[in-house]
Amino acid sequence: MRRRSILRLGAAGLTALGVTLFVGWWQVDGPGAPERPRSALPLPLSEMAFDLTDHEGKPVGPETLIGRPSMVFFGFTYCPDVCPTTLSDISGWLEAMGADAGGLEVVFVTVDPERDTVEAMAEYVGYFHPAIRGWTGPEAQVRQAADGFRATFEKVATEGGGYTMDHTASVFLFDEAGRFVSTIDYHEARETAVPKIRRAIDRKTEATG
Amino acid sequence: MGYPIRTLLMALIIGLPATVYAGSEAVTVENAWARAAIGTSRPGAAYMDISNTGDEAVTLTGIETDIAMMPMIHRSATDAKGVSSMSMAGDIVIAPGETVMLEPGGYHAMLMKLRQPMEEGESFPLILLFSDGGIVVVEVPILGIAARGPEG
Repeated sequence: MRRRSILRLGAAGLTALGVTLFVGWWQVDGPGAPERPRSALPLPLSEMAFDLTDHEGKPVGPETLIGRPSMVFFGFTYCPDVCPTTLSDISGWLEAMGADAGGLEVVFVTVDPERDTVEAMAEYVGYFHPAIRGWTGPEAQVRQAADGFRATFEKVATEGGGYTMDHTASVFLFDEAGRFVSTIDYHEARETAVPKIRRAIDRKTEATG
Repeated sequence: MGYPIRTLLMALIIGLPATVYAGSEAVTVENAWARAAIGTSRPGAAYMDISNTGDEAVTLTGIETDIAMMPMIHRSATDAKGVSSMSMAGDIVIAPGETVMLEPGGYHAMLMKLRQPMEEGESFPLILLFSDGGIVVVEVPILGIAARGPEG
């Protein structure tokens, strides 16, 4: 009797352990795991390949950015709210950093090349900090660029027969070797954004790759 | 004919409480500003703080303005993956004593199909429509494209 109850207790304990392990697996690695915030990190710029045109009509690509620290973000000029806010935020961070941001490449890549021609980009970026460059190009090339940054964009119809774009609003930071350093979230406070930019600038090429 | 006058009066009082217009009459708007837009093909955006100083909830149902053919309240949102999207806001209920902020990255008055360019330095009237039939007219100053808030 006694042995059987001990055995029963042991069996119950093992079952409980099993359930605990299973629940843990389910929540951490299994189907019940929370969706990861980002499926993958942006590639190093040296592993990206795309051909775009800047707002002055010059050909540009990931190689344009290698050699200097860079800050890249996606948006579109028909965006009434999120994109001008990001451009204003960035302008503010650059102003706050003054000469320290002098060596930084700052690029706004449009996800709406259909409307954002070179001329449209030139006019638009002219309203913000002069360091901000505007890049556009064929949609396939924009798509390829976004894939490298692990950014997404999608055309969405609006009420009046027009369209808007859903898109990744984070700002991507790379060091001068073109290695990904970190992202700045949409509308992140200057107190945390500026130190992130400084870190990207300060990370020198002591370890190449 | 057969109803005593007191019952009729009671029905009137219950059916049309004296507070019909107290709702939107108790609304105050502060810090209104809009961002200049390039040309008329791009949508404009306007922001403000809408406060309900009354003692009953008010519901903002829409907006109107002469400068745009399709003005409506939209809401921007950014998900856990950092992807921003925009959608129509629908009715916005403002509880007594509460303030709803129309601000960058959240609710905003989206001014689609502009009839005229939104030039920095100018201003335009924007009408807030409430479910009780009341309206509030706000004069909205237009700041630069790079403005970050009502201060510029």
